[in-house]
Amino acid sequence: MSTVDQIQDLTKQEYKWGFVTAVEEDRLPNGLSEEIIRAIAAKKGEPEFMLEWRLKSYRYWASQEQKQAEPKWANVKYPPIDYQALSYYSAPKKKTELNSLDEVDPEILSTYEKLGIPLHEQKLLAGVAVDAVFDSVSVATTFKEKLKEAGVIFCSFSDAVKEHPELVKKYLGSVVPYTDNFFAALNSAVFSDGSFVYVPKGVRCPMELSTYFRINAQNTGQFERTLIIADEGAYVSYLEGCTAPVRDENQLHAAVVELIAHDNATIKYSTVQNWYPGDKEGKGGIYNFVTKRGKCLGKNSKISWTQVETGSAITWKYPSCILQGDNSVGEFYSVALTNNYQQADTGTKMIHIGKNTKSTVVSKGISAGHGQNTYRGGVKILKGATGARNYTQCDSLLIGDQCGAHTFPYIEVKNASARMEHEASTSKIGEDQIFYLQQRGISKEEAVSMIINGFCKAVFKELPMEFAVEAQKLLSISLEGSVG
Amino acid sequence: MSLLEIKNLHATVNSNEILKGVDLRVNPGEVHSIMGPNGSGKSTLAQVLARRESYEVTGSVQFNGKDLLAMKPEEVACDGLFLAFQYPVEIPGISNAYFLRAALNAIRKSRGEDELDAIDFLPLLKEKMRLLEMDEKFLNRPVNEGFSGGEKKRNEIVQMAVLEPKLAVLDETDSGLDIDALKVVAKGVNAMRSKDRAIVLVTHYQRLLDYIVPDFVHVLVNGRIVKSGGPELALELEAKGYKTEAEAVGARR
Repeated sequence: MSTVDQIQDLTKQEYKWGFVTAVEEDRLPNGLSEEIIRAIAAKKGEPEFMLEWRLKSYRYWASQEQKQAEPKWANVKYPPIDYQALSYYSAPKKKTELNSLDEVDPEILSTYEKLGIPLHEQKLLAGVAVDAVFDSVSVATTFKEKLKEAGVIFCSFSDAVKEHPELVKKYLGSVVPYTDNFFAALNSAVFSDGSFVYVPKGVRCPMELSTYFRINAQNTGQFERTLIIADEGAYVSYLEGCTAPVRDENQLHAAVVELIAHDNATIKYSTVQNWYPGDKEGKGGIYNFVTKRGKCLGKNSKISWTQVETGSAITWKYPSCILQGDNSVGEFYSVALTNNYQQADTGTKMIHIGKNTKSTVVSKGISAGHGQNTYRGGVKILKGATGARNYTQCDSLLIGDQCGAHTFPYIEVKNASARMEHEASTSKIGEDQIFYLQQRGISKEEAVSMIINGFCKAVFKELPMEFAVEAQKLLSISLEGSVG
Repeated sequence: MSLLEIKNLHATVNSNEILKGVDLRVNPGEVHSIMGPNGSGKSTLAQVLARRESYEVTGSVQFNGKDLLAMKPEEVACDGLFLAFQYPVEIPGISNAYFLRAALNAIRKSRGEDELDAIDFLPLLKEKMRLLEMDEKFLNRPVNEGFSGGEKKRNEIVQMAVLEPKLAVLDETDSGLDIDALKVVAKGVNAMRSKDRAIVLVTHYQRLLDYIVPDFVHVLVNGRIVKSGGPELALELEAKGYKTEAEAVGARR
C-alpha cells in the first residue's frame, strides 16, 4: 500500500464519541430576542445585574448582526448561520435541585462513563476534580468539599452567580468585554452555564481542576462561560475536554473563557478539544467559535495555554494573553490537526503592556485529507513595554497532497527595546521517514504516529501526564486512515 | 540452504529499468561486497531487498526460506534483514534511545519474545554505543537530527549491533567518513561477523575493503552482476577502474 493510501486509511477512523443520550430536555423555543434572554435569566433565577448584562450584550450583538458584522477575516468557509433557527437553552430536565451525585440522571452519568469520565469520586483519578457540563448546564462537580478546605471555589457558573455574586460582578467581562467580538457578544447574552474557579491568596490548588463539556441536544447552540481567578500568589492548573454526538447538521459552540492572574499568580489552562469533526465528506460537525483570553493583571504573574485541537468542523479560536503586570509571562502551546474537510484558524495574541514581559508561542499544525489549517498570531509590544521579549515557533506538517497549511503572523512593535524571534517551518511527512522506521521493524501506522508525536513533542510535554497520553492517542485515532 | 537467493531480479522505477536480471546467493557467515560505478543499480538493489515500495519488481528473492518480494518492509526487518542507509533519515522529536527500543521491541514481539523495558534496554544500547565510540549524549538526541555525516553512519552501525540481524546490507556506509571514522565503523562491523550472520557491503571503493575483508566481491554494471570473485577482484578494480568491465559487457552483447 502506498503512503497516500495509508494516510487515507488512517483518516477513515470513525469518531468514537458520537452517540446520543436519551434524556428529557428542558429547552426554550428556537430564536433569539429580548424575551428569550429574559426567559434564560428567569430559568436560572439570576440576580438583576446578570440580566442587565445579558440584555446589554444582546443589544450589542443584535446591532452587530444587523450590520452583518459577523467576523469574516478568518481563513474558513461555511454557509451563513441562521441565528433564529437555534435554541439558546437546553438542559437535561430535573425536578428539583440536586444535592448529590446520586440524584443526577443515570443516563447522563452513564454518558460520562462511556466517555471515560466517571463522575463518582471514588473512581476518579486521584488529584483531579471534575465539573461536567451537559448541553449548557453543569450537572456535577466533584471533590467540592476537599477543595473548600483549601479555600478554592470550583463550581458551576450558575452557582457562582448565586453564591459569589460579588466575584462574578467584579470579574465577568473584565478580560473579554461583551463588545469584544460578535461571538463573545452572543455568548454574553445567552450563556447558560460553565465553570467558575477562584483560588484565594497564596493557595496552591491541591488538585488539577477539570471541566468536561458535552453537547447532546439537537439544534442547540452551546454557550458556556468559564471564569478563573487566581489571587495573589495562587496557582491553579485547569483542564478542559469536549465531545459531541454525530449529527448531520452543524452545531454552533461559542464559548468564552476569561482568566485573571493577580501578582505572582499562575494559571495553567489545558484543552483537549475533540468536538465532532463532521464525516469524511465534511457533513456535520461543530462550529467552534471560541474566545479565550487571559489577563496577567499582577506583576510576575503567568498564564499558560496548552491546546490540542483535533475535533470540530471549523475551529476559530485564539487563546490570548494580556501581559499587563510587569515581568508577567504568557505562553501558548498548540497542536491543531485538521483531517477530511476540517478547517482550523487558530493561534494566539500576546499583548505586551508591562515592563519585561515575556511571551512564548509554539504552534504545531497538522493537515491531512482535505484539511485546511491556519495559524494566525498577533504579537503586540506597546510603548511602555520596555524589555519585552517574544519567541514564536510555528511549524506545519502536511500529510498527503490535498490539504493546506497557512500562516499569518502579525507583529507590531512600539518599543525599540523589544526582542522578537520568529521561526517557522513547513514539511511533508516523508516516505523516507516512514520507510526508515519500517526498515527497523516498526509498522507503518506506528511509524506515522511516532513521527507526529515527535513533531508535537514540544507541546505535549506541557500537558499534564494523563492528558498527554490521551492527546497522543487521540491524535493517532484522528489520523487513522490518513497515512498509508 | 542459502540465507538469500536472488534470481533474475529486475527492478523498474518510472519506466526506467535499473536492475536487469541480478542473480546472487548469500550463505550465513559470508561477507559479500557489491561494487560498481555510479548509477549501476547498487543502491536500488539494497532498497529492493528492504522492500522500498517505489520499484516495480520481477524475478524471485528467497530470504530465510520466504518469498521476500511478498513481504512488507517491516516484516522483512522483523525477519532479520537490516539495511544501513546511505542517507540516514532524521526523525525530529523522537530520541535515539526511544526509537531503537521501539524497533527492537517490534522485532522481539514478532518473534514472540517479551518486550524489553527501558531499564533492561539502556545498558545494551550503551554497550553498543561504546563499541562505535559514540558519546552517551546521543541517547537522548532526536534520531539523526543535527548529527554529522559520520555520526549518522556510526549510528546506523549502532542500530545494527542492537538489532542483531541475520543479514545486514550496508549501503555505502563508507561514504562521507574520514579515515578514523572509517576504522571505527569497520571495527563495529567486524565485531558483528559471525557464522550465523551474513553481510552485504555495497560500495564504490576498495578503501572500505581494506578494513572489512569480504569473502566474495561482485561487480555490478548497468543492472547486472558482470563478474564475481574473491577479495583480489576489488584490488583489480581499484587499479583498472570499472570501465573495462563495462566494455566487457558491451563486447559480449
